[in-house]
Amino acid sequence: MRKKSMLRMLALAAAAALLMTGCACGGETRAPEGAPEGAGALSGEIMVTGSTSAEPLVAALADLFMEEHAGVSIAVQGNGSSAGIRAAADGSAQLGMSSRELNEEEKARTTAHTLCMDGIAVIVNKENAVTNLTKEQISAIFKGEIVNWKELGGADEEILLISREAGSGTRDAFEESCGLTEKNEAGNTVSLTDESRALIADSTNAVSTTVSGKPGAIGYVSLGSYDGNLVTAVDVDGVACTQENILSGAYALARPFLLVAGSASEEISEAFLQFALSEEGQAVVREHKYIAVK
Amino acid sequence: MKRMKKALERVAETGFFLCAAAAVLALALIVVFLVAKGVPAASKIGLWPFISGTVWQPSAEKFGIAPMIAASLLSTLGAAVAGGLIGLACALLLAEVAPRALAGMMRPLIHLLAGIPSVVYGFFGLMAVVPLITQWFGGTGNSLLAVIVILSAMILPTMVSLAETALRAVPAAYREGSLALGATKMQTMLRVTLPAAKSGVLNAFVLSTGRAIGETMAVILVAGNRAALPSSILDPVRPLTANIALELSYASGLHEEALYLTGVVLLLFIVGINIASHLALRGGKGGR
Amino acid sequence: MRKILDALGYILLWLCGALSIAFLAVILIYVLSRGIPGVNWQFLSTVYKPGLGLTGIRQIIWGTLGIAGLTLAIAVPVGVFAAIYMAEYAKRGRVLTAIRFCVESLAGIPSILYGLFGYTFFVMQCAFGFSLLSSALTLAIMVLPVIIRATEEALFTVPVSYREGSLALGAGKLTTLMRVVLPSAVPGILSAIILSMGRVMGETAAVYYTAGTMAKAPQTVFSSTRSLAVHLYLLVKEGLGAGEAFATATVLIVIIVGLNALASWIARRMSQRFTGGAKT
Repeated sequence: MRKKSMLRMLALAAAAALLMTGCACGGETRAPEGAPEGAGALSGEIMVTGSTSAEPLVAALADLFMEEHAGVSIAVQGNGSSAGIRAAADGSAQLGMSSRELNEEEKARTTAHTLCMDGIAVIVNKENAVTNLTKEQISAIFKGEIVNWKELGGADEEILLISREAGSGTRDAFEESCGLTEKNEAGNTVSLTDESRALIADSTNAVSTTVSGKPGAIGYVSLGSYDGNLVTAVDVDGVACTQENILSGAYALARPFLLVAGSASEEISEAFLQFALSEEGQAVVREHKYIAVK
Repeated sequence: MKRMKKALERVAETGFFLCAAAAVLALALIVVFLVAKGVPAASKIGLWPFISGTVWQPSAEKFGIAPMIAASLLSTLGAAVAGGLIGLACALLLAEVAPRALAGMMRPLIHLLAGIPSVVYGFFGLMAVVPLITQWFGGTGNSLLAVIVILSAMILPTMVSLAETALRAVPAAYREGSLALGATKMQTMLRVTLPAAKSGVLNAFVLSTGRAIGETMAVILVAGNRAALPSSILDPVRPLTANIALELSYASGLHEEALYLTGVVLLLFIVGINIASHLALRGGKGGR
Repeated sequence: MRKILDALGYILLWLCGALSIAFLAVILIYVLSRGIPGVNWQFLSTVYKPGLGLTGIRQIIWGTLGIAGLTLAIAVPVGVFAAIYMAEYAKRGRVLTAIRFCVESLAGIPSILYGLFGYTFFVMQCAFGFSLLSSALTLAIMVLPVIIRATEEALFTVPVSYREGSLALGAGKLTTLMRVVLPSAVPGILSAIILSMGRVMGETAAVYYTAGTMAKAPQTVFSSTRSLAVHLYLLVKEGLGAGEAFATATVLIVIIVGLNALASWIARRMSQRFTGGAKT
């Protein structure tokens, strides 16, 4: 008798496992009752993929958009700018997100819309006396030509570089605006950052945390993720890293966040684009500490 | 009726066999796919320049993983020594020294360490261990030492439970004989029990090593990830696993293939460790 | 002299024991003390839509359960049947050695390589995309060795007399297996299942590269979703709220530790049944 009950237990466990899957799949099914009845109501699903830095902002926009259009489902996936642009171009996603400018080949295959601008804040430890650097100084620091803060009027403290992993959009934009790249013989754009002296952090937060814990550290993060309580953003060429200065073009280190439409663009993605660039969408942009373009 | 039954038996046996074969197929698929994706890089870069090169600069198409290999080997070795010995001491304590009730309380606690997800270890390491290292020893904090500390804690439960099992398997007669000859309990433990459990303890070391070399998410947060050969234990390092996880999302073309080749190198290390484990177990059996 | 050395030895052993427990205490207190204040019904029951100011983890719990459930639905039958073949049918020899070697090798592969493989094979090659299915298939391979080993061990502990009794009564091999042997091994299998569930829930690398990062409960097996461990990784990575990160870590630790405790309780019950229980 006991054996039988044991067997049942196993069957039950298997059933429970299956059920869990079932429940999980059904758990979020959206009730269609809220969908407006009128003509022109949008319904359907689109996919937005790309830059991991732009993902939180676009996901927030998508959440708001879905609140207004109950029949619409927008899936936002962060897997890197290049992958996002590629997906938009080949139609596997309706929209791509990019945190860098498109290259010529990408421009030929897609249409980019600037969602907002993002400043790149150069951050140092709170204890650091140096609060202003020129672009040339930043470049020299990351090339390893200036190795001590006293050369810049600060304390006698060795400079510790905190950079990002190869391929990061933030790193590409930072190096490009500071003149930290050059073309090699093969025509590839090569980074000039002194890798033998840099720590590589895998994310914005890791950069901030590391800089906040080390007196001699210098790093760079997206302005949207800059936390003034943790670290100090230095002025670049005497200009503070603020939304106004980036918008006016006075602050040199900035990059765009782009929404990229490709071959699979359709009604919903057009509507979402319009929403993102509308006053309401741009308010969300400002909330996230990015620089609205409208 | 009888024939039906026989056919059913046949079908069932075949079904069971196919399931077992699925494990073989899975392993074959994994190896084939990783190698197939990595081989183009090996032919373009060259296997030896790839393994012995000390410069990793994807933008310039320079791919050398000697610093990553060194980082993986050093951090694993460090963790195996530090975590392994502490784990072995804990195992001795639980199996031989501590009163039963206390051991019964300590054991689940140590096993609890195994239940903490690796991201949490990394998180804790970044916020707590790294600053302490800077404060005590100077340097950047994100370092080989930080990796070793975190990995040591992570392999502890594996080490303790396997070594304890091995120690408990030693027949009581061994200990009694030694004690009867006038040896102290400590002498007995180190000279008789431990050698008798040699193969199991060795295997515990080897398996912990495997866990340490494969750890990714915790390591990324504390290693500093500098792709250069470390000259001291306080230098930042980038182990093989971190190299893959850091750059995979962005990589394409040769860069991506180089990351797969990094995976193949890691796989080779794991195979080496597995063979060592087999030898450890067999060596122990032969010696008895 | 001898006595002093012995005493030193004991001190060293106790120090190592204390160090291990202390490390555990520090890490638990560090995470839980910051996380527990953030765990409440609202946190567990609301959705994650930071754009609307919602930072709950309901969909992420569903995503985690979905991944764990589908993984087990695939891995448990395959693993149990494979173990049955190895323990009851296979003759000692090359085939068995080869299978066992493969199972052991699978157990040794690091999760980042599972992630790399799952991404290449299931996500790209099979074109399942970042999805529940891709990640469940990948994780199923990952936990297969755990289930096979535990089931095999559980089958071995079933006394031979059970089998002989059933066979003597004229039952066939399959009938004996299904009616007598397997039911006795159920607790062992169950504890392996629970253990695997813990492993799946705590896994980050392999899930991140196969299921994607979408903070939504999966609608079909082809939906991308996010597990608690991945959610925690992303929160930590992008610094999107330390409070939620600690709270998520707390929930994750409680679930996994609970599952592990349940597994070892079942395992203990089982060993009691065959040693103590045999007398009654």
